[in-house]
Amino acid sequence: MKKEREMIRDWILLGLISILLVGLLSIFPDKKEVVLSTSWEFFIEMVWILPAVMVILGLFAVWVPKDIVVKYLGSTSGMKGILFAIVLGTLPTGPLYIAFPIAATLLKKGAKISNIIVFLSSWACIKLPQEMVELQFLGLKFMAIRLILTIIFVVIMGVFIEKLIEWSNKK
Amino acid sequence: MNITALIINTMAIFGLLIAFAKDKDKAIQSLKIAGKSFIRVLPMVFIIIIVIGLLLGFVPPEQISGFIGEQSGIKGILLVGVLGALMHIPALLSFPLAASLLENGASVSAVVAFITTLTMIGTVTLPLEIKELGKRIAFLRNGLSFIIAIIIALIMGAIL
Repeated sequence: MKKEREMIRDWILLGLISILLVGLLSIFPDKKEVVLSTSWEFFIEMVWILPAVMVILGLFAVWVPKDIVVKYLGSTSGMKGILFAIVLGTLPTGPLYIAFPIAATLLKKGAKISNIIVFLSSWACIKLPQEMVELQFLGLKFMAIRLILTIIFVVIMGVFIEKLIEWSNKK
Repeated sequence: MNITALIINTMAIFGLLIAFAKDKDKAIQSLKIAGKSFIRVLPMVFIIIIVIGLLLGFVPPEQISGFIGEQSGIKGILLVGVLGALMHIPALLSFPLAASLLENGASVSAVVAFITTLTMIGTVTLPLEIKELGKRIAFLRNGLSFIIAIIIALIMGAIL
């Protein structure tokens, strides 16, 4: 139901933007060519990758059920736990708000806070299809460096938050 | 079609072939999910494409680089970082937007800050995160994510 409301909102937004587009282009007809050719260029790039990305997303959604994520992350810790958290987070299994209840369940089951933070962060920002689109638009170097830096800092953040919470619990 | 698109499409086709060979019903179910998600992002795709067209048509590159280019310094990076944290668009669509800004004078750091805060920080989903994980974890995660997004942005700006 929430999704439906979001879709309606998106379509209304699209309508408003289209009106803005038509309005602006009729006031400034000399801009028409630049605006339309730029949009067309990006549209074509999207057409080439979006259906494939969606298919890969669909395959993962069916073949990697959420209980697998819970199972593997709940029972592993240390370096292995963090690695698992990254890998499981990268699987394209839906938007971030789906991951919150999973994370909460894992915490109740005794998973380490650092693992949960790493899991949430990699779920949020290192999705496989996401990386492919980044590769397409921003190039290999940009994507690779950002990916590596993100993983490093997310792990640091996870450990830091865990220590902070343990420390404040002791006080 | 460029190489990236070719690789992604090949992966998708091979994946589908394997899926159909293994379990036809599940494969069809995957396709249905793919179709649904495609339709769900479609309006956003068009919105972003039009926004990119308008942006590049009407805002001169000098203005973009003035706001979020090299010379805007840390202020420009923080500005787009906050924008990214507040906005709620699918991460997939932030990349074409980022690429178009980059081509028109935005700095690497600003673009990285935008992508990273957009994906890692959810202002819209914060209430849900608090409800599920508690205030402490939610605020720490979002707050620190902002800081590391800026650090990653600065490092990438220095490297690239």
